[in-house]
Amino acid sequence: MLAHSIFFYFFSVIAIFSSLMVITSRNTVNSVFFLILDFISVGCLFIMVGAEFLGMIILIVYVGAVAVLFLFVVMMLNVAEQKQSWFIGKKSTHIPIGLIVSVLILLELLVVVGGWKYKDDLMSSNTLNISDISNTHQLGLVMYTDYILYFQLSGVILLLSMIGAILLTFRQRKGVKKQSYFNQISRNPSSSIELKEVKSNQGVKIDD
Amino acid sequence: MFEYLQVLGQEVYKILFMLVPILVSVAMVVWLDRRVWGLVQKRKGPNVVGPFGLLQTLADALKYIFKEIIIPASANKAVFILAPIVTMTLALVAWAVIPMSEDFVLSDINVGVLYLFAVSSLGVYGIIMGGWASNSKYPFLGAIRSAAQMVSYEVSIGIIIINVLLCVGSLNLKDIVLAQKELWYVIPLFPMFVIFFISALAETNRPPFDLPEAEAELVAGYQTEYSGMMYAMFWLGEYANILLMCAIGAILFLGGWLPIIDIYPFNLIPAPIWMILKILFLFFLFALVKAIVPRYRYDQLMRLGWKILLPFSLIYLVLTASFLFYFDKLPKGNF
Repeated sequence: MLAHSIFFYFFSVIAIFSSLMVITSRNTVNSVFFLILDFISVGCLFIMVGAEFLGMIILIVYVGAVAVLFLFVVMMLNVAEQKQSWFIGKKSTHIPIGLIVSVLILLELLVVVGGWKYKDDLMSSNTLNISDISNTHQLGLVMYTDYILYFQLSGVILLLSMIGAILLTFRQRKGVKKQSYFNQISRNPSSSIELKEVKSNQGVKIDD
Repeated sequence: MFEYLQVLGQEVYKILFMLVPILVSVAMVVWLDRRVWGLVQKRKGPNVVGPFGLLQTLADALKYIFKEIIIPASANKAVFILAPIVTMTLALVAWAVIPMSEDFVLSDINVGVLYLFAVSSLGVYGIIMGGWASNSKYPFLGAIRSAAQMVSYEVSIGIIIINVLLCVGSLNLKDIVLAQKELWYVIPLFPMFVIFFISALAETNRPPFDLPEAEAELVAGYQTEYSGMMYAMFWLGEYANILLMCAIGAILFLGGWLPIIDIYPFNLIPAPIWMILKILFLFFLFALVKAIVPRYRYDQLMRLGWKILLPFSLIYLVLTASFLFYFDKLPKGNF
């Protein structure tokens, strides 16, 4: 048990430290790096409590894809100076909105954790009463039986938001040269090559 | 306390027994790569240092070690130094779950495939960090290219893995290999094998998808500012990643450590040798592709990934699932 608790404290200290560094570090790119470190240590904590599937999914989805895009955007935008001006407080329009959102999230967390604490069968399942199967199988059993509707609905919501994001950013620019593979392949000599008899001292007039 | 130390000692011994051969074989594989490349172009390739030039990589590594490490003045020092370390560590850490035979594996975890997928998707960070911390144009462009490229090709690799998982019914790598006892998945899932191979090329930044380090446009991409041992670490990490991709391909499609046919002369050869032969076969294909295919343009690369490989592997996923369902061959769950 000693090694287990040593690892637990190791990862949780890293998680707390890096989440503090995310909001305090001056350089925005460093914040994103600390966010990644935070995700990784939370994933490790999940694996330590036996939720190996969730831990791996956190690594794959958050660290492998979401954080890469964060990093991408932050590196391109160069927001280092902008962030400093928030702290000095010249135009702190973001702080009230941020406060409201974080208070809402805190309330939601309290409701969820409180409900779970005072009523253990809040999230019960008829299918799941076996504990000697791996938790990937358990998740599959619950997700595709009792909660199939919610699972599918969340999928549809994600699809909708994806289509919305594409619609919002999609614009057809004019005058952009594009390679048309179909036209390229369907060209043949008879439609694109023309033979001309050239008279001496006169040359050819190309009509285009 | 003494017991802990004993367990720790055993684990370290096992890890070293896995890591040292990998590092040596990475060096050998670099030689093989250059040799195949040379032979395809009717050159000899490295053939001077040692027998057949086998020690060429060692000589190169020594040269890198004795060179000075230069850190650009405007670079972000910590991230700059961390980048090659991250690349190298991630490339080696993934080998922990690769089974070389039925009982020769460092840790046999339930979610082995997911672990491999996660670690290989983290590989992009070494490149982004290196490119950004160099604080220079070419490395940054290279890093951005490779980030977009690796994220897009990961998606199709994920779907290919789901194809295999549907046939196996387990995320454990050992189960995946044992499920191929009768039929290697390369036969029923051949199109997926081809797409996996192409995506693996893109994922490891190998030609024809080596745009992050396209020397004609970007000098050396994200490695431009690196020198000496740090460059060598990037380089070793890259080749360790390529070997890892070959190992994943061998496990998912070529039956891992299983012999070609389970009859007399073949099953005498020990299992790890079969695994190594399969990895080397895939690596040989990697080396051939490097020699015979010209580099893609960036928009062609993105088109291939998102518009061709991804829809095709999705359609094949539906086909696999419906075939398994119709003929009642879905894995019934041995849990």
